[in-house]
Amino acid sequence: MNAPATRQKFIGRSVTRLEDLPLVQGRGRYAASISFPHQLHMRVVRSAHAHGKIVSIDTAAALAMPGCFAVWTAADVAAIPPIEFRPTHIKGLEPYRQYVLARERVRYVGEPVAVVFAEDAYQAEDAADQVVVEIAELPVILDAEQLPGEFEPGRDTEPTVIRKKFGDVEGAFREAQSVVELDLIIGRHSGVPMETRGAIARHDATRDVLELHGATKRPHPNRDLLAKMLGRSPSSVHLYECHIGGGFGVRGEIYPEDVLVCAAALRFGRPVKFIEDRRENLMACNHSRQQRHHIRAAIDADGRILALDDEFFHDQGAYIRTHGASVADGTATMLAGPYNVPAYRVVAHYRLTNKTPAATYRSPGRFESTFVIERVLDAIAAKAGIDRVEARRRNLLTTRQMPYTRPLDLHGSAMMIDSGDYALLFDKTLERFGWAQLQRDLAQRRAAGELVGAGVAFFLEKSGLGPVEGVRIIVDTGGTVEVVTGAASVGQGVETVIAQICADTLGVDYRRVRVTHGRTDRIDYGTGAHAARVTVMTGSATHIAALKVRAKALEIAASDMMEAEIDALDIVDGRVVRKDSPDSPSVSLAQIAAALTAASAVAKGREPGLSADGVFHCEHEAYPYGAHVAVVKVDAETGGVKIERYLASYDIGVAVNPMLVEGQIVGSMVQGLGGALFEEFVYDESGTPLAVTFADYLLPTALDVPPVDVLLTQDAPSPLNPLGIKGGGESGITAVGAVIASAIDDAIGRAGAVTQLPVTPQRLHAILKRRQQSPQ
Amino acid sequence: MKPGQFTYHAPRSADEAVAMLAALSPQEGRVIAGGQSLVPAMALRLAMPAHLVDISGVAELARLAVEGDELVIGAAVTHSRFETSAVAGPLGRLLAGVARHIGHYPIRTRGTFCGSIANADPASEWCVVAACLGATMVARSARGTRRVAAADFFQGMLATALASDELLIEVRLPRLAAAARWGFYEFSRRPGDFAVAMALATYQLADGVIAAPRIAVGGVEDRPRRIAAAEAAIVGASPSAALLQAAADAAARAVAPIDEKAETVNYKRDVTRAAVRRALAAAAIAEDQRA
Repeated sequence: MNAPATRQKFIGRSVTRLEDLPLVQGRGRYAASISFPHQLHMRVVRSAHAHGKIVSIDTAAALAMPGCFAVWTAADVAAIPPIEFRPTHIKGLEPYRQYVLARERVRYVGEPVAVVFAEDAYQAEDAADQVVVEIAELPVILDAEQLPGEFEPGRDTEPTVIRKKFGDVEGAFREAQSVVELDLIIGRHSGVPMETRGAIARHDATRDVLELHGATKRPHPNRDLLAKMLGRSPSSVHLYECHIGGGFGVRGEIYPEDVLVCAAALRFGRPVKFIEDRRENLMACNHSRQQRHHIRAAIDADGRILALDDEFFHDQGAYIRTHGASVADGTATMLAGPYNVPAYRVVAHYRLTNKTPAATYRSPGRFESTFVIERVLDAIAAKAGIDRVEARRRNLLTTRQMPYTRPLDLHGSAMMIDSGDYALLFDKTLERFGWAQLQRDLAQRRAAGELVGAGVAFFLEKSGLGPVEGVRIIVDTGGTVEVVTGAASVGQGVETVIAQICADTLGVDYRRVRVTHGRTDRIDYGTGAHAARVTVMTGSATHIAALKVRAKALEIAASDMMEAEIDALDIVDGRVVRKDSPDSPSVSLAQIAAALTAASAVAKGREPGLSADGVFHCEHEAYPYGAHVAVVKVDAETGGVKIERYLASYDIGVAVNPMLVEGQIVGSMVQGLGGALFEEFVYDESGTPLAVTFADYLLPTALDVPPVDVLLTQDAPSPLNPLGIKGGGESGITAVGAVIASAIDDAIGRAGAVTQLPVTPQRLHAILKRRQQSPQ
Repeated sequence: MKPGQFTYHAPRSADEAVAMLAALSPQEGRVIAGGQSLVPAMALRLAMPAHLVDISGVAELARLAVEGDELVIGAAVTHSRFETSAVAGPLGRLLAGVARHIGHYPIRTRGTFCGSIANADPASEWCVVAACLGATMVARSARGTRRVAAADFFQGMLATALASDELLIEVRLPRLAAAARWGFYEFSRRPGDFAVAMALATYQLADGVIAAPRIAVGGVEDRPRRIAAAEAAIVGASPSAALLQAAADAAARAVAPIDEKAETVNYKRDVTRAAVRRALAAAAIAEDQRA
């Protein structure tokens, strides 16, 4: 095969986004913008009780309301099975899946118990208010650490206990110079997209095709799941993505509402539209993060880790949703992070409570595990009497250890960290932040009475979840290159990045590349946009397919059109040119595509079309990494925290578009700040959620976010894919909780003071009060 | 989050608005001005008015003027009208300083001063101003017009002396003396959020000692109010750090936070202490000396 063009014109450059034109013109099309003639609006009647037996549901008054078309309860969808989770090696989770409408019991406030279909959204809500649901209350469980209760007769609320172990943990603790022990809590919060969920289903009876519009994240797997639940063939179900106002892991999973609109569209023969409102969103869409860890670390005299021993309680909420136990499992796998840990034991109690079900949120398991392990590193520093930076230097994995295999099972094979130079990035980060001078400045300010301090945290991310992704590239007779992919766009710049990779590989301008995504009717397979995988997996597949198209174009140009050797030709700006005389007559890709129309191609014994499929397969994930450094100032009287400076560094292997990566880093850092300081799904003792509006669920606003400096490095490309790419979708969120905790500790002069996220003013105030009462 | 059904009425004059209220208030009719509290409550169906009387288009109610020693604020005057000094002297600057803390700019361009007063949220900045300065509320109905003092007007959380057929047609704020000093401090989780606690303080310095102090706290109890113990702690004394701390301590002791949990009650007391001290400290700096 001939070599691709030597000059890289687009990869590595911060070219402007291809997808922005309709967005900046106000022509974006979001789920709520989609309507079909004669559609019905669906409104969900949700449980007002956290746990109870359904005694009766009276729909008569609702049915009598103006515009009400139908009301469904569980009996109306009895044939629909519960929503499946992804394949997993963890056994015994099936009985805890959620049905699309509650049967017999309700288990969280917000659980769908009935749905109302009406002619407009107002009438639907009016009628839903008239559905009378009688519930006989049962005891609620709101703390995953409390002893398990009853899920249903004969089944308790602990579906599984996940255990991970390697090395001689007991021996290490026996031999240890000392042991640090921490009790750490990560609060319940989640991705809260500005655009709530939406699903619009219609059945085209002429073709017998069920369409679901408003799909995102995983159109193809969701097509398959919906087809299975509804008893249809996958080829008779099509999902269509539209613009999306934020994904973050929570959107684009299959929820009860997605199934219900499809079932109703099939049964009623009318399109059915569901648009989630904000109050619903905060009690129905996946929650995440809530865990409590009891962790011990055995260390030697120099502060080197000999063993980690963690027992944690994962608060899953009321049911097991599409991710199964993957967040708890991932936490248990990623806890050692970027560090040398010779012996390791984690016991994860995966427990159900009477709260909204939980699943993945950007950096799932890693935001949690990074908070825990970085708190441990700070505690080790204090215990060993060494600087926090030094404690990390002594424990980070080194380049000599790369690729590094950790004896933990991940997707059926051992976890393998592909590449990394952690010490280098750590040095660059501290240098850029002026860490050494900063320490002197902070000491002076503290001496003058200010509660100011700096925090540091290192983290390991993962990306490029496989095992496979594919694209089809088609050059049309106008010379436009279309890349059709099963990936989805959640706003991160898929079209631009894939176009950049295709453009460089093929030899065209990236603006001549159309990227088609999120349509199950254009390509038969795809895994979607999650787990920081699109640029790695779809990008690699694009590279492979573009090489094939390039080869085909050159071959035809050489043999049929230019009377030249293939090696004498190159493709530049969409034209095949002679390398030795680029200004001599050339042939455009459009001409070649025209020469390959079905009739002419077959006549010459060739496959028709200037097109090719590319499939990329990779069993292992690529592991990017980063460090965060922050300066905070604490207001002792109010417990308020002001972030004065922030640096987020990240090694991405190869940045296809640095501007987009930096956008991912800053955006996700802001979300991390939410989990560190503001966002928390709080419940009262009856299990009623108290944060169901934006007045109570506090997202960081522009006024709460400091300027974020970004250091993006490309020192450790991944050996796992042709371009060396690692993912950046979760790049800035992972260490925010950890670094804020570290900085607050430093500001108030007490290592280990912060043990719980979010650090609300009231919690910090309580910490400061305790310090006054018992000085250490 | 779609509101229940309601009928919308748009009176063209104050008289028409009052007449509509007389007719519609027995049928669950309510006044709407900026709608910044009422509309979210309707969206959540916490409020289900059957009729809305929208006064935001009544020109005569948008009047903001000085009459004698009072600043008269009409029912349709928005928060944003105060962001630049609405009246000469310290009162205008005080109102501008406080207005910045109300929600966010889009909220301030719609929400109204009188709407905040009539809504009587304990964490409303304007309610603290009204309580502190001794505002007079003018309520009008088809039955007539009456004046209610701030101390009598606020009756609890979201509860006022207004009858359902009464329109809070204007609020009258006494102008501050030219030499009056003032300071305001609010702590909230994020800028623009409801206050955890806030304090407004004014006083005058006569021969170096504090005269006519007024200190009010909001966001802590079920209604904003002046804290007599804090005022007593500073009246007749020269400002000093110790004096301000004494007043702050007195305020922290005097307030009865409405929260149920003891830890929250204690926290609110402590933030009250900080807010009062910081408001007084701000007041201690003459306005021309401020950054």
